[in-house]
Amino acid sequence: MPDRLTVFAPQGMLGYGIPERSMRLGVARQPDVIAVDAGSIDPGPYYLGAGTSFTNRRAVRHDLSMILDAAHAHAIPVLIGSAGGAGGDVHLDWLIDIYHDICRERGYTFRTARISAEIDRRWLKQRLESGGVAPLDCDRVLTSADIDNATRIVGQMGFEPFMAAIDAGAQVVIAGRAFDPAMMGAHALMQGFDRGLVVHMGKLLECGGAAAYPRHGSDGLLGTIERDSFTVEPPNPDKVCTIQSVAAHSLYERADPYHMHFPGGAIDLTESRFEQASPRAVRISGTRYIAAQRYTIKLEGAAQAGFRTIAIAGVRDPILIAQLDAYIANVRTRVAERYPDGYELHVHVYGRDGVMGSLEPHKATQSHELGLLFDVIAPDPETSAAVLALTRSVALHVTYPGRKGIAGNLAFPFSPSDIQTGAVYTFNIHHLVTIDDPCEPFRMDLIDN
Amino acid sequence: MTTIGDIATFVTSKNAGPFLIALDIVFPDQAIYRRFIDTAALDKQTVARLYGIPETDVIAIIHFDPAHALKVTLRRHTVCGAPGDTDVYGAQQHVPIMQHRIAW
Repeated sequence: MPDRLTVFAPQGMLGYGIPERSMRLGVARQPDVIAVDAGSIDPGPYYLGAGTSFTNRRAVRHDLSMILDAAHAHAIPVLIGSAGGAGGDVHLDWLIDIYHDICRERGYTFRTARISAEIDRRWLKQRLESGGVAPLDCDRVLTSADIDNATRIVGQMGFEPFMAAIDAGAQVVIAGRAFDPAMMGAHALMQGFDRGLVVHMGKLLECGGAAAYPRHGSDGLLGTIERDSFTVEPPNPDKVCTIQSVAAHSLYERADPYHMHFPGGAIDLTESRFEQASPRAVRISGTRYIAAQRYTIKLEGAAQAGFRTIAIAGVRDPILIAQLDAYIANVRTRVAERYPDGYELHVHVYGRDGVMGSLEPHKATQSHELGLLFDVIAPDPETSAAVLALTRSVALHVTYPGRKGIAGNLAFPFSPSDIQTGAVYTFNIHHLVTIDDPCEPFRMDLIDN
Repeated sequence: MTTIGDIATFVTSKNAGPFLIALDIVFPDQAIYRRFIDTAALDKQTVARLYGIPETDVIAIIHFDPAHALKVTLRRHTVCGAPGDTDVYGAQQHVPIMQHRIAW
């Protein structure tokens, strides 16, 4: 068993860019693993539902080429999780297609594992019937209809599917939706390093250079785990890890800074110690692992909620701005005379509360101009377009008390004014499911390249 | 008058999953962090008032000593990306806390 193991995360998100110098300096530290997070739930339900990536193909190809060049030149294993953004099969195959393309072009051959994270509906319904499903951060009870309505359901895999792929001899592992630290820590866990430290290190590495200051641009982070502690350090000599930068990143995107739950357990940071190991590196010790009584994985599902058409317009007239709410209410009433129901009409008012909605403390605008975003969601594209078109023409021409600018109420920046954005999705599954075997829902295949 | 934004290094918001928004307030050092907690600490009632939401939608306020930081977690009024959402990443919901006036 080695005394130390180094993981290099060259970036926080595959496709967001890798500084060439950071890549070179990171690889010069002879990492045992290169691991990268390729997805997130943050960009919203559309990408999971529609089966597309929020990252750009050309950008992903560029970054993955840099990673594979290093992997090939120095025989470093590569682990990628949450492929294609949302981590469904269509996303996974999108990334594998890019991967094959690069390997063909450069003549690389790696023993490669593909791990699916897409959840079988019949399997999930059986779990639901046996009481193995619980809501996460919400109170909606999962129903069989939710499972049918979801366009796609993914499960967030833990360490074990990655470990199985490494055991099978994979040099490159490309996986669907995954718990971010899983690909960062699978090798370390297999070599017996402390599970609490492995997860905490993975949590810091998954966002790449975000745990180092100054925090700008996509960049990398090196993590070296030893038997009783781990150390993180940015490869970029212009950045530093400080106790605060690392501790603050331990908070990031989580509801509770002291506890983080993951498949099979949780880590507890109440006894964690952060020390400045060198001017640019921070050592962490004391993070404890708490085993869970049941092994659970997080499920994410998105269902189609209709089709969207939007129009963007500006208002400059102070007489109209002074009575904007009454004007919008009037527009709604007139649209409802023709289309009484069966759609949603949202009017976002930029310059007033377009960003915060009902949370906005400043209820009145101070602005001399406002941006209006008309947003119609209806069950089919034709209805959506028709309701938006009527809303737009009513909003342009409807009168209001004291009106002087009688030719039109709105300034449209574009022709055409109406923009059909396609299907709208909502998260309809965000639940935990109990499983017996951590690899059970995650099919692994060794693929040729 | 001093605001939290005047004394904090960062005041930031971001989704913590599709149903929650986490607000992180990070102070520059131990002294300012302790002084804030001792003299001006936020409670759920204050946060609820700043955002015009019920106290039950302020899920937690947790002090995190190693980072000299405070974490406030709110329930989202609209689930991330659902019709009517105004901020998919939840990245621009920090201003009421940043501009909160405190005795300092």
